[in-house]
Amino acid sequence: MPKPFTKLTAIAAPIMRTNVDTDVIIRIDRIVGNSVRGHLGKWAFGALRYLPDGSENPAFILNREPYRRAEILVTGPNFGCGSSREAAVWSLQEMGIRAVIGSGFGDIFFANCFQNGILPIVVDKEIVDGLAVEVENTQGAGRIGIDLQEQTITSPSGKRHSFEIDPRRRAGLLEGLDEVSLTLQRDDEIRAFQASDRVERPWIHFVGKSA
Amino acid sequence: MEKYGRTLLAKIWDQHVIARIGDDTDLLHVDRHLLHDLGGSRGLLDLKSRNLSVHNPELTFATPDHAISTAPGRAGTSKVGQELLGGLRTETSAAGIEMFDIDEPGQGIVHVIGPELGLSLPGCLIVCGDSHTCTHGGLGALAFGIGSSELTHVLATQAIIQRRPKTMRVKFEGRRPFGVTAKDLILALIGHVGAAGGTGYAVEYAGNAVTDMPIEGRLTICNLSIELGAKMGLIAPDEKTYEYLRGRSYAPQGKMWERAVEAWRQLPSDADAMFDREVVIDVEKIIPQVTWGISPEHVIGVDGHIPDPLEIADPVRRAAIETALDYMGLKPGAPIIGTPVDWVFIGSCTNSRLSDLRAAAEVARGRKVAPGVRAWVVPGSEMVKRDAVAEGLDKLFTDAGFEWREPGCSMCLAANGETVPPGQRSVSTSNRNFIGRQGPRARTHLASPATAAAAAISGAIADVRTMER
Repeated sequence: MPKPFTKLTAIAAPIMRTNVDTDVIIRIDRIVGNSVRGHLGKWAFGALRYLPDGSENPAFILNREPYRRAEILVTGPNFGCGSSREAAVWSLQEMGIRAVIGSGFGDIFFANCFQNGILPIVVDKEIVDGLAVEVENTQGAGRIGIDLQEQTITSPSGKRHSFEIDPRRRAGLLEGLDEVSLTLQRDDEIRAFQASDRVERPWIHFVGKSA
Repeated sequence: MEKYGRTLLAKIWDQHVIARIGDDTDLLHVDRHLLHDLGGSRGLLDLKSRNLSVHNPELTFATPDHAISTAPGRAGTSKVGQELLGGLRTETSAAGIEMFDIDEPGQGIVHVIGPELGLSLPGCLIVCGDSHTCTHGGLGALAFGIGSSELTHVLATQAIIQRRPKTMRVKFEGRRPFGVTAKDLILALIGHVGAAGGTGYAVEYAGNAVTDMPIEGRLTICNLSIELGAKMGLIAPDEKTYEYLRGRSYAPQGKMWERAVEAWRQLPSDADAMFDREVVIDVEKIIPQVTWGISPEHVIGVDGHIPDPLEIADPVRRAAIETALDYMGLKPGAPIIGTPVDWVFIGSCTNSRLSDLRAAAEVARGRKVAPGVRAWVVPGSEMVKRDAVAEGLDKLFTDAGFEWREPGCSMCLAANGETVPPGQRSVSTSNRNFIGRQGPRARTHLASPATAAAAAISGAIADVRTMER
């Protein structure tokens, strides 16, 4: 069950490249297996974070103070595009990230964030760029505030921006709801749908049959 | 009454609504749930740990593809790959889920076997824990990739919560020029609208170049929808679709088939249907495509030049191009033709079907892979493999110096250690040229099977139009 998300004021790290894909967030060889969770934080952004000899790349933002302690990522366009691997979200979570702010995200990554209690916020590119500049101007010391109840972001200098979010998803995050149990409460509706659909579209339900 | 006609997407969507649960958000029935070795057993174990059971095992199907070795005899499946395979066997068997195991007809890349077995049908809602599930949209299905949590949700409920996407229609108009394939069309589109051009949309592909296209090409087009940001891509079913599916073992038979086709004929978008965005692509202007960078949007015609960052005014785009060229080890402004290659990979859910192998074989026939190049052909499924062998394609490829392998995902995502070595350059028929996708520091150029075969023979990126017979 995801942890509830209400408010957060935290260090933010701008990762402003375009099209940061989920392969870059977590490489496949780190996520093959059923017991990878809990060991992923170290490998998030591995290709950017480490040099070929395995040492830290000092040029990468998450290897620098105070960004190492970031709980928010400010991201370039189309962050999280590509593969559906939920381990991309797990790896961010395991390195302490609780929210991502960008002008657009990969659709599947976006959905996976909510499933894990991570808040992805979509705002205009100008706002994202402004937040990144403010953070960089304070060398990362300036914190970003997020209030999900109020649907606002507060920049390091105190500028407030409101953001839109699907009310159902907002409620899910605020309360840390588990979608599986919620949907199972509707099992009568699911079974009723299937009963009438078996008549309507029998070829869906009686796979490979002739009548 | 609605003011305008309805789209293919709307018709399929509305047939699957179990309940409306929020703003534009519905609980939808899942008709087919496909599992693979990478996430299948994890989902089933997750369900067990919650004391839940699979809601509809008879609508759930599994096959290993991602983490198994594609070496002859399956030699060298990693320890963890073997554990995942074992887990998939144990857990599907316990849950009563049909699994297509290695060496059996039916095994293969999950997006190759769904259509091939007739599991994927027009109007069907299909999910799988893999972003290339959009492939099945080539048959007129509403198909999309899901994450691990959603996968558990579908196992437990046979339903999924989705917000209705916006709609985009892409019309590919005109006759495909010589040497130009489905892969070139979709890469050209991605170059045109960008890797985020389809984000938030379901994309319907239409136009005469699509209606003229055989089903396997349509599957290739829909496969790359996710690379333009669209989780769902689909094509209206037509006579070609029905011809393709008729008689496939998991498709409806006899009277049921007649009834199904009757229903499927109602699915295509109405003539007056409205889309949120329309794009028209003039197919006659497209030439074979090849990527030069680290996103599928970094694509040019094979006769083109690698972009020069100095010529780009926008600092963000300039920096992005510099990053890409640095990773790819390419010279700004140079022609892409003639770039030497080390590896060629023909395979993946994008381009591993019989027609893809035939197109590559046509280029390879009677020629030899250039010295220093390793070239792999990985058929998409056991059935593709058997059909190809029956035609002698395996022998044709091995005579030409290609390696002929067992079906699976292989070097597309490199989940079983089948990687392009660091710093080496590959031309690949797969779908992603991301940093590290084919292995740490591997450099990937995406292209069609014919263009990939041309690169293997030439030892460098080449214009297949000068080589085809």
